[in-house]
Order: sequence, then structure tokens, then C-alpha cells
Amino acid sequence: MHHDHLISAKQLSRTDIEVVLDRAAEIASDPDSVADRHADTLLGLLFFEPSTRTKMSFDTAMKRLGGGTIDMGSVDSSSIKKGESLADTVRVIEGYADALVLRHPSEGSAKLASEFVDVPVINAGDGAGQHPSQTLLDLYTIRENAGLDGLTIGIVGDLKYGRTVHSLAHALTNFDVEQHFISPESLRLPQGVRYDLRAAGTTVREHTEIEDALESLDVLYVTRIQRERFPDENEYREVAGEYQVDSSLLESAKPELTVLHPLPRVDEIAPEIDDTDHATYFEQAHNGVPVRMALLDQIL
Amino acid sequence: MTDTELRVSKIENGTVIDHIPGGQALNVLAILRIDGTAGEEVSIGMNVPSDRLGKKDIVKIEGRELSQTEVDVLSLIAPAATINIIRSFEVAEKHHVTRPETVRGVLRCPNANCITTENEPVESRFDVLEDGVRCAYCGTIVRESIASHIHST
Repeated sequence: MHHDHLISAKQLSRTDIEVVLDRAAEIASDPDSVADRHADTLLGLLFFEPSTRTKMSFDTAMKRLGGGTIDMGSVDSSSIKKGESLADTVRVIEGYADALVLRHPSEGSAKLASEFVDVPVINAGDGAGQHPSQTLLDLYTIRENAGLDGLTIGIVGDLKYGRTVHSLAHALTNFDVEQHFISPESLRLPQGVRYDLRAAGTTVREHTEIEDALESLDVLYVTRIQRERFPDENEYREVAGEYQVDSSLLESAKPELTVLHPLPRVDEIAPEIDDTDHATYFEQAHNGVPVRMALLDQIL
Repeated sequence: MTDTELRVSKIENGTVIDHIPGGQALNVLAILRIDGTAGEEVSIGMNVPSDRLGKKDIVKIEGRELSQTEVDVLSLIAPAATINIIRSFEVAEKHHVTRPETVRGVLRCPNANCITTENEPVESRFDVLEDGVRCAYCGTIVRESIASHIHST
């Protein structure tokens, strides 16, 4: 990867992606080979929003590469509570760590952070913006299960606020993939994402019902309605529970359909799906470690 | 000199911005961050008849020559504007505005969740598209009513 920072999936070429995915596959097959590769390296974890999978998998990835992590802790226990700017926070912590992983509730936060520090910044989610490291593990999982070319994918749920969607859709423009976007009218892809997809030559196929695209899909990428990003709770209630993937829905799907979800889920995927061959979301979450190991190995 | 130009006072040295769409003169001044507090002598003609625009605004700024970089940002709201640099009551230079690649500090991002709207030490930055502008931080695109996003309005 020819970038110090990973801010947006838009910056990733097909080659960039394949290099990371290939390296992740190598690491997954022989994790001991990189056990001491980044000894004495410290990764700064700056999570201004809650996180389980992303934070723990970055923590695990750094440690499995032989390095360590330092954690800013919760916003309530840090200087942010005293009104410190993000620019100041990252300029302080760059003195403690060799790279920074940043999650922040505001769009553009990772880009701003990257302009103030000399160490690499990895965007681990900036509001409803981007989440490119999630995309790399999504792509890895898709490649392992369905291949990345000649693919038809349906992305369903909260396409407006879902940052994993924005990053994934951008990254998929590097491959021969037909993309279908399924959401309530009020949660369609943002104008900026649509602009970029069209600029990349991708046809944006939009639906309001999963059934409209389901039969043709190789991959169904399900997302949670991002309740915390709605300015109004009533707006959330209007669309909550809009989609549920269950056995009866999947009767008309291809038998080899891969169902993904960045997790956490609320009620978008019925538990009965967990035991089917479709369910790939836990494997997807586990892939976060080798993919983030590969990413850190590239960046550090 | 035409009747239209005589409606506002002639200047000795400075800049005349002509062919501004009618009603946009105050936005032009806002973009240029000219609010009179620096003592500039400014004359404004608003909604004066124009063959080309129907109605146009004119702004004359005494004692200040605007650079090309300063005036290019006007292309966002006044793409047909012409800039006359006046020296000793004569037009010394005449320019048209051209679209810049980026505009800094002029516009406020309409996305309330954009990091540039928070208490951070950065000025806003927008990339200029063919049909609008785009926040370089959050990616929000603004196509209509760009003037309503000028910082000081």
C-alpha cells in the first residue's frame, strides 16, 4: 500500500486490496511466522465511540505480531471530557505510539487527525463516513466464500448511516461486481457515495425490498439500522425492524448464498440462520484478526 | 463610461467587480471577507439593468487590488463576473474568474456532523466539482444555494 494512512476505501486500488488479502491468507495459514515481526511496536487505540470487534481485533492483531497496544480508554476518563480538541489529542498520543487507530463520531475525523500527525492513522470508523479496515475483512471473507469477480451482491439495511456500506461499495468498484442496494427510501445511499460509485463506473441499483434482488445474489451483506446516528428517535422507529433475514425469506435464494453482517446485529438476521451454510458473519468477525495483522504489517 | 457605472462612485485605485448576478453583491463581499471593519471604501450597485444578465450587481473597492486567487472563489456564485483593476482612474487590468480546484475557509460544511464544524484548528476545505462543491473532510456535496453556506452569513 502506497499510503501512510488508511482513511477511506476510496484510496484503495485493486492491487492495494489484493496485497493485503494475500498477506492475510498467508498469516492465517501460518500465524507463527509473524509472531515477533513487530516486537517493540506500539499501536495507539483511540476509540471515541463504543467498539467490541474492531477494537479487540486490532488489539489482538498487534499483539499477535509481537507488539503492544496503548488504549486511550473511554472518552469519560480522558482529557476529551475537559474539551481537548481531536487535533491536540492525536498530536499528544503520536508521541506514545507508532501508529494510531481512530474511531470517532464525526465524519472526516480520521482525515483531520492524519493532517496533524506523522505516524500512520487507520480510520476505524468516522461517524457515518468510512470504515475501511472492516471493508478489507469483508472482502477477504467474500473472496474466501464466493470469489471477488463475477459476483452479484446485495447490500441491505441502513445505507445512509452505515459506514461499512460506504467503504465496501467503494472498494467493490475495483472488481467485476454487480451491486444492489436495498433500503427504506429514507436510508438510501448518501449523495456523495452515489456520486463516487457512478464516477467509478458502477451502476447503482436500488430497491426497497430484498425479494426484488434476492434470487440473483451470491452475497447478501446485511447491516443494522444505526439507531445512534438518527437525529430523531421517531425516525428510527419508522424504519426499525424493516428487514429480517429468516429461513422463509432465504427459500428463494441461491443455495450457496453467503450472508454477511459486520455485527452487532439486532434483529436483522434471525438466529435460525446461524446454523445454516449461509451464515458467514462469525467467520467474517474472526477474519478481522489476520486481515488487521496484514494491514498493520503493511503500514508499520 | 456608461450610465450604469455612473450610479456608483468612480474609484481612483482598487478593484471593480462587475457582472455579478443581481442580489449577490453582499455574498461576494462575504466571500472576500470584506465587511468594512478594515476601513475599506466600498460602493455597491445592486440590481442595475444589464444587457447580459438582465439585472446585475457591481462592487467597487477603493484601495485594494484583489488577486486572481482571491477572485476565483467568486466563480462559485458569480461565474460571469469580471474583475477590473483600477489604477489612477483607468482600467489597468481586466480578468474573468475561473473555477479554482479548492476553496478554503470560505464555506461552512452543511453536515452538522462534519469534524470541521467542531472546535478544531482547521479551516473548511471544499473541492470544486463541475456542478457544485464537496467537503474535503466528510464528502458532503453542495450543489444549490452555495451562497447560503458562506461562513460569515
